[in-house]
Amino acid sequence: MELSGAEIVCESLLKEGVEVIFGLPGGAVLPLYGALSKYPQLRHILVRHEQAAAMAADGYARATGRVGVCSATSGPGATNLITGIASAQMDSIPMVAITGQVPRAAIGRDSFQETDVTGITLPITKHNYLVMDVADVAPVIKEAFHIARTGRPGPVLVDIPKDILLDERAEFIWPVNISLAGYNPPKEAPEEQVAQAAKLINEAERPIVLAGHGTLISHAYDEVRELAEKAQLPIITTLLGISSFPTDHYLNLGMPGMHGMAYASLAIDKADLLISLGMRFDDRVTGRLRDFAPNAKVIHIDIDPSELNKNVKATVPLLGDLKLVLGQLIPQVEANVHMDWLNHIDTLRAEHPSTIIRETDALLPQFVLRELTQATQGDSIIVTGVGQHQMWAAQYCAFREPNTLITSGGLGSMGFEVPAALGAKVGRPDKTVWSIAGDGGFQMTLCDLATAVENNINVKFAILNNGTLGMVHQWQDFFYEKDYFSTVYTGNPDFVKLAEAYGIVGLRVTDKEQVAETIQQAMEIPGPVVIDFVVAQGENVFPMIPAGESVNEMLEEPTPERTG
Amino acid sequence: MSDKGQQHTIVALVADKPGVLTRIASMFRRRGFNIASLAVGQSEQAGFSRMTFVVEGDEDTVYQVTKQLDKLIDVVRVSDITGRETVARELALIKVRATPANRGEIIQIVNLFRAAIVDVGNQSMVVEITGEEDKINALYSLLEPSGVIEMLRTGVVAMVRGQANGQVTDDVGMEPSGMAIAQG
Repeated sequence: MELSGAEIVCESLLKEGVEVIFGLPGGAVLPLYGALSKYPQLRHILVRHEQAAAMAADGYARATGRVGVCSATSGPGATNLITGIASAQMDSIPMVAITGQVPRAAIGRDSFQETDVTGITLPITKHNYLVMDVADVAPVIKEAFHIARTGRPGPVLVDIPKDILLDERAEFIWPVNISLAGYNPPKEAPEEQVAQAAKLINEAERPIVLAGHGTLISHAYDEVRELAEKAQLPIITTLLGISSFPTDHYLNLGMPGMHGMAYASLAIDKADLLISLGMRFDDRVTGRLRDFAPNAKVIHIDIDPSELNKNVKATVPLLGDLKLVLGQLIPQVEANVHMDWLNHIDTLRAEHPSTIIRETDALLPQFVLRELTQATQGDSIIVTGVGQHQMWAAQYCAFREPNTLITSGGLGSMGFEVPAALGAKVGRPDKTVWSIAGDGGFQMTLCDLATAVENNINVKFAILNNGTLGMVHQWQDFFYEKDYFSTVYTGNPDFVKLAEAYGIVGLRVTDKEQVAETIQQAMEIPGPVVIDFVVAQGENVFPMIPAGESVNEMLEEPTPERTG
Repeated sequence: MSDKGQQHTIVALVADKPGVLTRIASMFRRRGFNIASLAVGQSEQAGFSRMTFVVEGDEDTVYQVTKQLDKLIDVVRVSDITGRETVARELALIKVRATPANRGEIIQIVNLFRAAIVDVGNQSMVVEITGEEDKINALYSLLEPSGVIEMLRTGVVAMVRGQANGQVTDDVGMEPSGMAIAQG
């Protein structure tokens, strides 16, 4: 039986095991929605803005490790996806975005709601397609999922003209194989180079593991732990690698770099070997490249050849899938204790504690996050936006399980926290999901509180409300002579009333004493809750290595204010 | 990325699909790489084109170029053939001002270069030359005093001599080890 293009899309999504699509319809994509209504197995979650569709698909993908799917119509629908797609590209998130396009005959005529979406998304997708023949629909969707989830994952966009969805019909033939001559993600690394890496590890006196997002993507957390424990290697996790290794493990030094733990950055400075796993030496990690890890040789394992020797020269680059490469490497690594080195790191930890919260009556955002992590026992999924609250969450929250910190790292997209938390909760209904927002980011995507209400997506929304664009405010404080231009919000809404307007519970916390009980209260309410934590304004994130500088220029919180 | 290094010749086998040139050009632009010349045409395999790039940059930059190229899904194979024994050719058409007074001199120069005159007008001639870049540059500089009205060059196409082809000269995939280099 012949099916319409739209029905073929639905059949293909079923073949790929898709269970949920985040989207918002419009003229060009409407035929797809007409078909979707007849496929109840494909749950469609209607959002209020397409950016939320992409970011929810992203949050779903990060929480589950599966491909997130979003859809939008042509023109503005598709362009509204862009920030979400770009975030997914920067953070290597498997995503398939399906967009409607104007009918083939109307393409290139500046038709109503026409944009060249494949052109626009060329630099922010792993790959994209404009489908011009109904016979291509099924093979393209199969390829799209394959490309999105394999190798270094990323978003793939499939743009389908309306007439192909609606008028064209073909047999649904699900291809058995994929033939992509130019695409063959690496698996194991060459044995000779693995042996060189093992030799370096066995000879190192001050080694450090740098675990990045690849650790999570490759499901290599057990291997990373085995490697670290076998040779007693201290571990530093990048922002996106944080939940790959238990926060409370004695070898875990936390995050390095711009707002990382001072002792982690100082340890990198002294290290004689960096064992870099699925990470890309982002400038927020390295600071000024020539001063980064000046004494260290570098082993760099990554699945993307273009990451090797891109920012930091690798003494031994290992191209391959991290889990497999660690499987090759670990048997060749000798057990070790590194007593002097670990002792030295303990001294650094004692001298530069980095996460001590000063004694004050004011409600500090750090305090809220510490209370939150205690209340949730480090067991919930934390989804953050971007800025100060994100850095504090990375510093003060504890994580036990993989994929429990979900944050926009590479692109740094404010507003990510609301929709990504919705996606995470849809993917992991068994977990408590906290969306941690600043008042700035929250207002970028709060319209999708309605999506939480409509679909009963039980996310707890915590706003660390300081009435400012806090991180920008901090940069003005440090680098722009305290000229706080355009970073203070004087007309914020009442977030409690706003929650109530959406028909959900809103709570406000202004006092330290209320924090723990309100968090508890929120978790006991069976549905979405918004908590407005009215925190101290002007609080800065420490430590800080200013952009483009090195650990030698690190700013730590002024000591006199420290306690215990 | 702005370091001017030597010129590198890169050959790539790419799927002959709509938009492939845009993907490649877009990658070069957004990564800040410079293309000195680019030539595209059919390859011996149906459905695939072969491209020759001449790229400027230091070793690291050019190596990054080859890897970023290879990362594109439609790019099948990439080889940096710089420093190999290659046959490299470019074709140029040069329209030069030619009056009865200097026509003879131009014909002499063209013959010396084993180039060809493919069009003669009242006031001009079109010269066709095939060869390596230097040869074309040399002819151009000799014709320039007569007055070059227009020049069009195809960009270099290049091929490794002998048995090897793009399929067995795959440079990408085996990452050179810094340690191996250090140990000689």
